[in-house]
Formats: sequence, C-alpha cells, structure tokens
Amino acid sequence: MVWDWLPTYLPLLVHGLYITLLLLVGSVVMGFVLAVPLGLVQVTGPWPIKYLARGYCTFIRGTPLLIQMWLLYYGVGSLFPLIGVQFPTFKENFIWLIRLDAFYYALLAFTLNYAGYEGEVMRGAFLGVPKGELEAARAFGMSPWKVLSRVWFPRAVRQVLPTLAGETIAQLLATPLAFTIPVMDLMGVTSRIRQDTFLIYEPLLFLALVYIVLTFLITRAFNYFEGLVPARR
Amino acid sequence: MVFAVLFNFSLLAFGPTGFGDELFWGLTRTVEIALLAYALGIAIGLCGAMGKLTGAKWLRNILEGYTTLVRAVPDLVLILLLYYAGTDGINRMLISIGLQPIEVNGFVAATFVLGVVYGAFSTEVLRAGIQAVPVGQIEAAKAYGMSPFLRFRRVTLPAMLPYAIPGMANLWLNVTKASALIAVVGFTELALATRQAAGVSKLYLMFYLVTALIYLSITLISNQVFGWLERRVRRGQPKLA
Repeated sequence: MVWDWLPTYLPLLVHGLYITLLLLVGSVVMGFVLAVPLGLVQVTGPWPIKYLARGYCTFIRGTPLLIQMWLLYYGVGSLFPLIGVQFPTFKENFIWLIRLDAFYYALLAFTLNYAGYEGEVMRGAFLGVPKGELEAARAFGMSPWKVLSRVWFPRAVRQVLPTLAGETIAQLLATPLAFTIPVMDLMGVTSRIRQDTFLIYEPLLFLALVYIVLTFLITRAFNYFEGLVPARR
Repeated sequence: MVFAVLFNFSLLAFGPTGFGDELFWGLTRTVEIALLAYALGIAIGLCGAMGKLTGAKWLRNILEGYTTLVRAVPDLVLILLLYYAGTDGINRMLISIGLQPIEVNGFVAATFVLGVVYGAFSTEVLRAGIQAVPVGQIEAAKAYGMSPFLRFRRVTLPAMLPYAIPGMANLWLNVTKASALIAVVGFTELALATRQAAGVSKLYLMFYLVTALIYLSITLISNQVFGWLERRVRRGQPKLA
C-alpha cells in the first residue's frame, strides 16, 4: 500500500468533494422541486398531462442514468455547435451554451433522473393521504391551492421522508458516473490520481471510504429530520 | 434538412453498412451479463439470507459487513475495484503456484462483479421476505419432521415469494441498468457499442436515443414478466389494494 500521494492531491480531492456534493445537493433539491408537480399531475391532472408525466417517469426509470447523461452531453450537446454553424447570430448570443461545461450537463441529467424517480414516489404519497383529511380541508372552505399547501403537500412529504432518504443515498452512489463525461468530481480526481501515480487500488479504496462516510452522514441527517416529525407509533 | 443531419436510420441496418449488428451483439451481451449476474446474485442472496437468519454470530457479522459495505459504496467504484482486484488476484495466485498468468475474460469478470454487488441487495430483499413468513408455518413444518431442505422448498420458499418478488423485480431492473456501468471498464456491451457507433458516425443523438429505447423495452417487457410472476405466486391470496 502506497499512500504518499495523498497530501499532494488533497486540495484536488477536496475540490472534487465539493463538486460531488454540489452535484448531489443541486440535483436533489431541483429534482424534488420538479417531482412535486410531476407527482401531482399524475394524480389530479387532465389526461394528456397525466400520461405525459407518467411516460416521463417510465422513461427515466426504464433507462440507465449513464445513457441519459450521454444522451444529454453527447447527443443534445452536439446540437448547439451545429446550430451555431448554420446561424451565426445564435453563435454570438449563445456561445456560453456551446461552450457549456460538462458539469452542467451532469447536473441537468442527475436532476431530471431524480425528478423521474421521485415523481413516481410523490404520486404514491399524494394518493396515500387519507381522503377524509382533504374533504375536511375543503369543507373548511379552503381554496384548492390552500388545500394543497396546508394539508395535502405537508402530509405527503412526511410520508415520503424515509423513501427520500433511500433515494438520496442512491443518488449519492450514482454521482461517480459524472466522470464519464469529463467532470472532475471525486471520481474524476481519483481516476486522474490513478493515471498520474500508476496506483490501481489505493485511490479507489480511499474513494470508497469517503463514500461510506458520506452515506453514513446522510443517513444520520435524514434520521434527525424524521425525528423532528411527531409520529404516533 | 436538419432531421437528415441528425438522423440516418440506414446506419441502423445489419451488415457492413450499418451498426445494427454491433448494437444487437451488444444487446445480447448485456442481457447475458444481466441474467447470469442476477442468477449469481440470487444464489448469493439465498445463502446470505439463510446465513443472516440462522447462522452463527461470526457469520452474521461477516454478512452484515458485506451487505452494509456494498450498499454504501457506489456500484461503479466497486466494479472498478473488484474488476482490477479480481483479475490481479487470480493472476498472482496462478504465478504463486507456478502457472502462467491468464488474460481474465472481461465477460466473466463483469458478470462476477455485478453478481457480488447485487448479491448484497438480494440478501436483504430475501431476508426481509423470509422474515415476513408467519413463524407458525415454519414451526408447523418443523413439527411434521421435514428436513431443513424440504422445509425450505415446500414451505419457506413458496410462502416468502409474494413478499420477495416486488423487491426482486426491482433488483432485476437495477441489474440490467447497472450492466451499462461495465462499459466503463472497457467491456463492449450495449452502452459501449452505442458509444462506439455514435463516435464513428457522429450521430450522437440518434444512437443514444435508440439505445435508451432498447433499455426501455427491456424494462417494459420485464415488468410484464414480473407482473405475471407476482400474480402467479400470489394466487389464492387476497388481492392487493
């Protein structure tokens, strides 16, 4: 076992950790924001939107994240330079879009992926809120929006917290995939260390250790939040 | 016009002019890896679940460590670690007993790695399934003097399947999707075949979309099969909501 590379690469690893956490937190927060309407329209929406949302969730859950990310980065990403060649004004105004860093594609792919999985979970959660509570809220004369914000949504979120913890850890464990489109997250830094130092195991073992610690911390954090919600057992 | 730049379906043809046969070959490898890894995962899962429920304390601790560790480390990192460690370990062993090192078959290594990873997940699913079986049924089987194997085959297994099938279905879908990760270690299955085809033809959007649809159809077909399986193992039981 050779560990003398660790001090040299520590700053790079810390930056990689920052990118990984940014990817995780960004995609979980934005993905959840998308998931709420995705779940809601599957329960209440008119049929075209309902089936669109359901189709989206099925597509996301039925294809590997790796392919989704490559589809966005290599597929959709290759469109912008093509458009730029055709329309010079597009190139002038949207040069940032053509030169967009791989990180944003990864963030977008992870967000859309999380939204798809969580949208399905939220659908179940919205359905799981007892009908009587919603009827009671309506009987109080609450507007549909108020029913949603005061009763339906809070009740659904509380039911969903344990699932959310599992999905967030699954999302954490998926973040290394981002290195396949060049993102310098923890995995990207690790693979660079492996190339620089010709070490096969040590960087990977270190990476595994970091992920174990992160998993543990996230589990603890969610347990804390679940403890905040009073529950009758 | 734009459509013609982005899509050229003649490139999906079989034979020397298209990538159809390459993709199809990748698909068969993906399905083979997924099936074999799933079978290995179930075998490990059954042993693991039995070990966790009935084994000695040291065995339970080892199994607990295995399932906790595997479920806290990213699949990709585990695949890289086991892929290199596994091939390296076998070669070192061969050299130490005086044999030539061999080139470990990428297919075997990939299957083995995925099997070991998903064995941990199926250990948990099957353990939960077995624990959901009412104790009285197993005790009754014991009272009839059934041997442990007969008891498992006639009572525990059929009684636990309704609880375990949904989890095992999920696991199968995860294995098929995780098989795409094997592309990262350079084994040509569907994902890597697509990447190569897309890179050569520059039609990135088309090839990744086609492959996404292939994976989606695997999922949809699997859903039908598992739906049928679940109805079958639940026959005679009250319907779910």
